[in-house]
Amino acid sequence: MSRVEGYGWAVDRSRCLTVTVNGRTFPAHPGDTLASVLLAHDVVALGTSVTLGRPRGITGAWTEDPTGLVQIEEPFPEPMLLATTVEVTDGLVARGVNGRGRLAQVPDHARYDRRYTHTDVLVVGAGPAGLTAARDAARAGRSVVLVDDRPTPGGTLTGTERIDGRPAREVVDDVVAELAAHPDVTHLQRTTAFGHYDDGFVLALERRTDHLTHAPAGRSRQRVHRIRAGRIVIATGAIERPVAFEDDDRPGVMLASAARDLVHRHGVLAGREVVVATTNDSAYAAACDLADAGARVRVLDARSEVPRGRARRCAERGVPVTADTTVRGTRGSERITRVLVGDDRAELPCDLLLVSGGWSPAVHLFGHVGGALAYDAVRGAFVPGAPLPGVEVVGAASGAPDPDDPEETPPRVLWRTEGDPTRQFVDLARDATVDDIARAVGAGMTHLEHVKRYTTIGTAHDQGRTSGLLAAGITAELLGRPVADLGTTTFRPPYTPVAFAALAGRERGELYDPVRTTAIHSRHVAAGAEFEDVGQWRRPRYYPRPGEDMTAAVLRECAAVRGGVGILDASTLGTIDVQGPDAEVLLDHLYTNLMSTLRVGRVRYGVLCGHDGMVVDDGTVLRLAPDRFLVTTTTGNAAAVLDRMEQWVQTEWPHLRVRLTSVTDHWSVFAVVGPRSRAVIGRVFPGPDVSNDAFGFMTWQGTTLDGVPVRLARISFSGELAYEVNVASTYAPALWDRLLAAGEPEGITPYGTETMHVLRAEKGYPIIGQDTDGTVSPHDLGLGWAVSAKKTDFVGRRSFARAANHDPARKQLVSLLPTDATTKLPEGSQIIGFQDDGALPPPPVPMLGHVTSSYHSAELGRPFALALVRAGRERIGEVVHVPVGTALVPARIAATVLVDPEGARRDG
Amino acid sequence: MADTTLLPTHPLEAHRAAFAALSAEFAAAGTDLAIELEPLTSAVDLRVDPAAVDAAVVDPAALRDVVGGPLPAVPNTWTALPDGRAIWLGPDEWLLTGGRPAEAWEEALRAVVAEQGAAVDVSAQRTGVRLRGPGARALLAQGCALDLRPASFPPGSAAQTLLGQSGVLLTAEDDGFRLAVRTSFAGYVADWLLDATEELRLTKHGSTDQQRAEA
Amino acid sequence: MQLIPCPWCGPREETEFHPGGPAIPYPADPAELSDEAWARFVFVRPNPKGPSTEWWSHAAGCRRWFTVLRDTRTHRFLTEPAR
Repeated sequence: MSRVEGYGWAVDRSRCLTVTVNGRTFPAHPGDTLASVLLAHDVVALGTSVTLGRPRGITGAWTEDPTGLVQIEEPFPEPMLLATTVEVTDGLVARGVNGRGRLAQVPDHARYDRRYTHTDVLVVGAGPAGLTAARDAARAGRSVVLVDDRPTPGGTLTGTERIDGRPAREVVDDVVAELAAHPDVTHLQRTTAFGHYDDGFVLALERRTDHLTHAPAGRSRQRVHRIRAGRIVIATGAIERPVAFEDDDRPGVMLASAARDLVHRHGVLAGREVVVATTNDSAYAAACDLADAGARVRVLDARSEVPRGRARRCAERGVPVTADTTVRGTRGSERITRVLVGDDRAELPCDLLLVSGGWSPAVHLFGHVGGALAYDAVRGAFVPGAPLPGVEVVGAASGAPDPDDPEETPPRVLWRTEGDPTRQFVDLARDATVDDIARAVGAGMTHLEHVKRYTTIGTAHDQGRTSGLLAAGITAELLGRPVADLGTTTFRPPYTPVAFAALAGRERGELYDPVRTTAIHSRHVAAGAEFEDVGQWRRPRYYPRPGEDMTAAVLRECAAVRGGVGILDASTLGTIDVQGPDAEVLLDHLYTNLMSTLRVGRVRYGVLCGHDGMVVDDGTVLRLAPDRFLVTTTTGNAAAVLDRMEQWVQTEWPHLRVRLTSVTDHWSVFAVVGPRSRAVIGRVFPGPDVSNDAFGFMTWQGTTLDGVPVRLARISFSGELAYEVNVASTYAPALWDRLLAAGEPEGITPYGTETMHVLRAEKGYPIIGQDTDGTVSPHDLGLGWAVSAKKTDFVGRRSFARAANHDPARKQLVSLLPTDATTKLPEGSQIIGFQDDGALPPPPVPMLGHVTSSYHSAELGRPFALALVRAGRERIGEVVHVPVGTALVPARIAATVLVDPEGARRDG
Repeated sequence: MADTTLLPTHPLEAHRAAFAALSAEFAAAGTDLAIELEPLTSAVDLRVDPAAVDAAVVDPAALRDVVGGPLPAVPNTWTALPDGRAIWLGPDEWLLTGGRPAEAWEEALRAVVAEQGAAVDVSAQRTGVRLRGPGARALLAQGCALDLRPASFPPGSAAQTLLGQSGVLLTAEDDGFRLAVRTSFAGYVADWLLDATEELRLTKHGSTDQQRAEA
Repeated sequence: MQLIPCPWCGPREETEFHPGGPAIPYPADPAELSDEAWARFVFVRPNPKGPSTEWWSHAAGCRRWFTVLRDTRTHRFLTEPAR
């Protein structure tokens, strides 16, 4: 046991917990970390390194630790956490990481969420500088958010310091209490500001339950705070760095500050026989404090001059100090036993080697937003350079000397000592050595970013907090250039690893992506529909009856529509109200066909192209009034089409008096389709004369039902007699029920998108985005009739005159009939033409095109497909081949319209 | 032939009970938050060029008469109408809500703005949810990036923005907020709200003491 | 998460906006253009390193399109967007 009486203010020794590490059970106390528990029980080696399998222990105090990685097993598997940052809970089970961790194989049921916060001032870091900044801002009446990644405020204060002559922890408690009394101050511990972005935006991860043995059910485990601040105060402190020497990765080698932190915070002495090797003043505090706590300590100072005051304090404790001495190597197996010192590599016995190579300001948040760093050659550190607007760096993070240490003398800047570079580890997390840097430089790399990628230094969980500057210094030495010239590698978020679950927040499961539903969604659910996602919409795909699979259900639905009457919820179509005296001018500009000639009461099919003349969308256009149209878009394209139309109106043709309004969600649309549809419509709507003469194809009529306005339109996407019924969505459930009830004598059959697709494909109607891919013109689709020859211009027209658009070998939409009349060709299949001699062409086999849609047809009693085929219309009647698995399936090219080519069914 | 009247259905009818139960639970626990469905109302999207009104090309008095009051000129604000509101949606666009029959209202507005604008019945385009109480802001802060503190978004403010992954029209009221969401997204937003209240329920249910003890 | 200044709604998070690409006006009479000139309009974008005049839409807000000068190196909006 290495617990020291009278130390460990963070630990509540009156309460006991049990944790299990590497199969061994340890007693622990609230306030302990896994690291403090292990070191309290002299467990120094924890796991093994990632590539070389060398033993790894705990080397740091907090997130800077490159080595002390654990795999959490209980309460929930989580890979590669730092033992120094895992607060113990009762029953925690962990093991040291050997190489890599493992992710949970079961779903994580913990909740994660996010919170947006706006504040005048954000202070990152609750050490003395951060607390002061927060207090001053609060006193000035600002709203303040103060975040700090440790469990308790105070930063790296050990509890022995004095601030303005008072005990430091007392001062911390006072400031925290004062902040708590301000209504406009939010103070969050266990909250890591991990990314700093544009315009005062900081992301911070709050760990809310991991430290609790009994976390309240439902409480989010982690919360991502999205903080927008008017001013950001970076008070993130500084991080101690080591010096590279032979076998510097052996367990039992630690940063001096880490051992000091452990003894004060947790009351744990990490070693009894301690050697402190330093290049600067700060490690003397560790030496004295460990000596006071009962360790035998000696100090090796790399400098020729030992600071007098510190030497005196060491002498008072019987701690010998040797000047001008550096460590060259270590001995031991899984734990250090001796340290090799000086040019003669004299051996000193020890069980703990503390190293201090100086301090690097934690400037990551300054760097994330492009803050430039300046090299302080005296201190051997990169410090914030030119200030950034709205950003302030205070305390140790700024590189300023400790105001409470007036005695401080300059450090010696030392990156490595004499020795074998293949055993001098720079990045202990990556097993990367001085020799690796030398090889990078030898390979011609002169830029630190290249050295980083070549050696992987700085790419592990710790992002090179202790190794980055070391790598820069050693690279500079090898290149014979000043460190200042090399600079640092780019700082990128996140500062510490962040789980994807935390970033996802509540956007998981059903909330992963918004599910858009129509007004009668519950009716579809009740009817047992199988759904498919179309964009964000959830649409019924088919309505299986007991025992039916999709094929059987769709064949039944198709037959019902073509033989009787079916009903489809088409409410997902985009619908745009186009209003104003220039509405017809706009539509003439946008659609390939003429819309200005459309008479009120009529409907026209329309095609939209891009500048390149390729089809981007299609739909119907209803003229409601001389100055008013209602246009529909495809389900997936509604927002894009409206956005694009608005762009034209607002940027190109602002002189047009026309306004666009989305009414997609206002209108519910039901397609009542099939030879018996007229009977159903006539029965439900007593107002209009639904005979073909009075209510012709591609016309619409307004009516009311119980006083509720309804618009009926003769539009068909199946070739059958069909009526679209439009009603405000709030009345849709009642109207749907009414239509189903009224259609009962006709056996009205709800059908889904799959049947809709089959019926339209049988008629050769393309689906934009399925049968097209952005390289298909209206002419390619056989829609040349919808391209106006009269208009002088419309979007895409000029491109139709380009030579490529007249190439007879362009791919054209045709249908394919597998000659075996049984094979359903997989969508996306390539199409191959045999040579004139009937043989397969030699590789590379030219592809004629591909299958875009493929279905079983109830009407035809066989499968069929639509395909884009080179010069397809000229090839009608030819047999081509489609690879299906290992077979080549012959298929005959046919015209696109396979059902009712005369259009006899349209009018019932 | 059915002889019943064609009745409207609130798009969030299926959530009504859950919101009511939640609000009752909050009331019992002293939590300052209630969630209700907004009643169905008429809504018309009005487009009119303010310059045309200023120049009296559109008769300002007639417009005010048909609207039921003045249109808010300041972006991202709303003003009260006799039985509804006029909400700024864009520099020439407002959402009018109220009890008048929507078709007639649309027709009257179309007549008065004539060639200078448009009016569209959008009564079923959006679905309303009412959030009452100081807890509403904390609820929205889980998914809305806007600064909704009273100093930045006082009662009378309006904004079209995002909540979670859905567009919303948010208006600040004396005692909370109204959300209007496109009807097809209403189910998503309602589910999101219920999910986001999970922790608000929790903090009033006795778990905090233990948390404090352990923290 | 950058803030983009909507000329009507003020600064809002970038996710509320939709970029419309460089502000290249539609030719007065496309029929007059050579195939090459037309192809340049359809397919070629200036893609400058530095200030770029662009169209943006406050898609999740007031649905207004506006023209801005944006620095492609820093993503900063260099001018107040024009209403």
